[in-house]
Amino acid sequence: MTGSRRQFLGAAVAAAGSIALRPLAAQDQSPLRTPDTTTVRGDLLRDPDGVGQRRDTVTAIDNDAGIIAIERQLKCTCGCTLDIYTCRTTDFTCTYSPALHKEVVAMVQDGKSAEQVVRFFIDREGEKMLMAPAAQGFNLAGYLVPGFGMLAAGLALAAYLSRRRDVVAVATAGGASTTAPDAESLARLKRALDEVDS
Amino acid sequence: MTYLGQFALWAAVLVGAWGAALAFFGKWEERPALATAITRSSYALCAALLVAAVALWKGIFTHDFNIEYVAAYTSRNLPEYYLISAFWAGQKGSLLFWAVVLSIFGALAQALTSQRFKAMLPYVAGIVNIVAIFFVMVMLFGGANPFERLAFTPPDGRGLNPQLQNPGMIIHPPMLYLGYISLTIPFAFAMAALLAKQLDAGWIVAMRKWALTSWLFLSVGITIGMWWAYVELGWGGVWAWDPVENASLLPWLTLTAFLHSVMIQEKRGMLKRWNMGLIVGTFLLTIFGTFITRSGVIASVHSFTQSAVGYFFLGFLMVAAILSFTLLYTRWPLLQPEAQLESMVSREGAFLYNNLALVGIAFSVLWGTLFPILSEAVRGTKITVGPPFFNKVNIPLGIFLLFLTGVGPLIAWRKASAANLRRQFIAPLLGGIVALGALLASGLRSPWALMSLSVSAFALVTVIQEFARGIRARMTMHAEGAPVALMRLVARNRRRYGGYVVHVAIMVYFVAFTGLAFSTKTTVDLQPGQTASLKSAYGHTWTFTHLGVSQYEALNRRVSAATLEVAKDGVKMGTIKSEKRQHVDSFGNPTFEPSTEVGIRSDLLEDVYVVYAGSPDGTERASFSLLINPLVSWFWIGGGILVFGGLLTMWPGGPQVKTARQRASIQAGYTVPLAGVAE
Repeated sequence: MTGSRRQFLGAAVAAAGSIALRPLAAQDQSPLRTPDTTTVRGDLLRDPDGVGQRRDTVTAIDNDAGIIAIERQLKCTCGCTLDIYTCRTTDFTCTYSPALHKEVVAMVQDGKSAEQVVRFFIDREGEKMLMAPAAQGFNLAGYLVPGFGMLAAGLALAAYLSRRRDVVAVATAGGASTTAPDAESLARLKRALDEVDS
Repeated sequence: MTYLGQFALWAAVLVGAWGAALAFFGKWEERPALATAITRSSYALCAALLVAAVALWKGIFTHDFNIEYVAAYTSRNLPEYYLISAFWAGQKGSLLFWAVVLSIFGALAQALTSQRFKAMLPYVAGIVNIVAIFFVMVMLFGGANPFERLAFTPPDGRGLNPQLQNPGMIIHPPMLYLGYISLTIPFAFAMAALLAKQLDAGWIVAMRKWALTSWLFLSVGITIGMWWAYVELGWGGVWAWDPVENASLLPWLTLTAFLHSVMIQEKRGMLKRWNMGLIVGTFLLTIFGTFITRSGVIASVHSFTQSAVGYFFLGFLMVAAILSFTLLYTRWPLLQPEAQLESMVSREGAFLYNNLALVGIAFSVLWGTLFPILSEAVRGTKITVGPPFFNKVNIPLGIFLLFLTGVGPLIAWRKASAANLRRQFIAPLLGGIVALGALLASGLRSPWALMSLSVSAFALVTVIQEFARGIRARMTMHAEGAPVALMRLVARNRRRYGGYVVHVAIMVYFVAFTGLAFSTKTTVDLQPGQTASLKSAYGHTWTFTHLGVSQYEALNRRVSAATLEVAKDGVKMGTIKSEKRQHVDSFGNPTFEPSTEVGIRSDLLEDVYVVYAGSPDGTERASFSLLINPLVSWFWIGGGILVFGGLLTMWPGGPQVKTARQRASIQAGYTVPLAGVAE
């Protein structure tokens, strides 16, 4: 009797196990699957590597406006063209921007001002760390040449056109005063006008 | 098939070179049969390159992984529609795509151009042949042969980059390429006109539809590129002033300038030299863009692999620039204007300012793109020129251009009187002032946003006023109802009213860009069941409840999908799903780093944009980037309006546009030489 009870319990556990595991096994064999609902909330993911590298837990300072403002001025060094903030919240394969972010946070928590943080990175990595060059020295050319170029082109265009108008006006006035249309031309003009009128 | 492909490339070089040699040295003016032979060389070139394209596509669709290009950009489990786009996904395939499409356009230009312009066609064929065989030569001699074979045959290919596995990427690159490539045809007509010394408005009539087609393709390509960046890259923006983006914007700007200034040449016979310069410059900018994209000389997030191919393009760019401008210089005296500008306060003056703004913006974008190289050359210091620089320089210029978009149609040709200005400007100015007041009352304080939105309102009222006046005039003169009057008004003035519709699209883009500047963003970690909230620019509070992460497999990827329930001011608005995708080959081996698919809930006012960033501890606890982006839908609406306006402008039929000379002869009806009167 004891043996049969054990056998019964064993069989029951095996049956329950096979029922519980059947969906998972079936999914493993199928190349195309429907959404999996077997993962229990808060549990480990079935394929943790499928969601990329592990991420640091988000804290309030990650959304701090002051930190974000600093990071928006500084370029990520991973080779992308993004600032640190955009890169760390966009390119989740980048390992550089989270590290740079930690450095910024550490410096701000040490009491450094935004200017000091930015200066630190410029001193360490060079001027290319800035998302836009500082408006000083040669860099001023970068900011001013387009505007001045347009202004100069506009002025040159206006001057040229005004000179052209004067030249045409003088030529027209001069011509009219020295050579009036002859009688034959006037007669042809009259005939042509008569034709138009008729 | 690779042998056939190789053979076809060589055949294309030979037949293209033969056609070009005949066009430039064949004395076909004296032997008309040679002109026919030159035209046929265009068809033969097209046929040879089509054979090469079919050969590559055959290799792609039959998974011939012995072909290096097929192994590098496809895999057995890549969905078939992405096998189509794999053709242009890599450097080598895209060069072949360029050459094939150019040869098709070249053949179409020969077949479709009116016989009135037959004196130009052999030159057009010669120039198109030269550009096409340059691309084939880069493939054959620049280490970019798409038919190159591997020493072994891998069992599967590497697959397509996950970011390119997006519907936008099936359309965006070919659209941009079509825009770039078709620009060779207007350039070829311009060069042909210079070579044949046929410098009346004929060449403009012959190439006008080509220029509009290029502009439309470029516009659609840029807009779809913005959409792709928005839905695929996960940063929530549409334009990052990346050098490759800039490279696509530059020819669009100069071509837009050309499409405006060419109207002055057609109507008044002015700006002939400027228009020639613009079309040459636009073509050169397409080659410059190709150089930037393919050389790696400037850092970009989405250029091709750095290679020596770029320097072929640099060489081609320099040779093309020297030859084109030298030819233009030798024909300079033949490009005398037929009329003079009578007043700066005129439609012509407004178009000149418009050209100045467009070319100025193009210059500032080019300047900013190249400034890092200049800085390194002058100071030896590497610098970065990113979005803050471009925004600072270009936003004021852009708003000035928007203002001119409104002003241009209001001013009379030749010379506007004070009464004309008063009559035309009252309603638009009132529209702008009312919009400004409403925006201030709503609490908006950003000066640039206020300027952008109120100038957009001003420009929109000008278009409405133009339509209203036209409709009213038709209703009075022809006793038509308003809908009929509208349809007939547009049908009989397609270029004018199609152009106004395009103006509306540009205003809509400006409004959308302004809205996007007020995006709000946060990053959060959520356990299933936890909630985060974010305030939008309109003051709405959006809440996000994490429902959980599910993992499953699809055709060529393992998917981890995080689902959030979203509510606006406490009212449930549905769920949003964002995914991490681990792409795998047909053996289940990972091929690329996991990529992210954003989840978007969109309406006319704002987009809710969710990015599943990953997991801090390998559980369902998930990190998210959450964004509320105002007015983003209006980019795509603007794109639709722009395509509609562009097609309207290009639609065949309608009255013939008369050139300045034709109009002058019709108006006078006779010729009387009057001494002392300038032409």
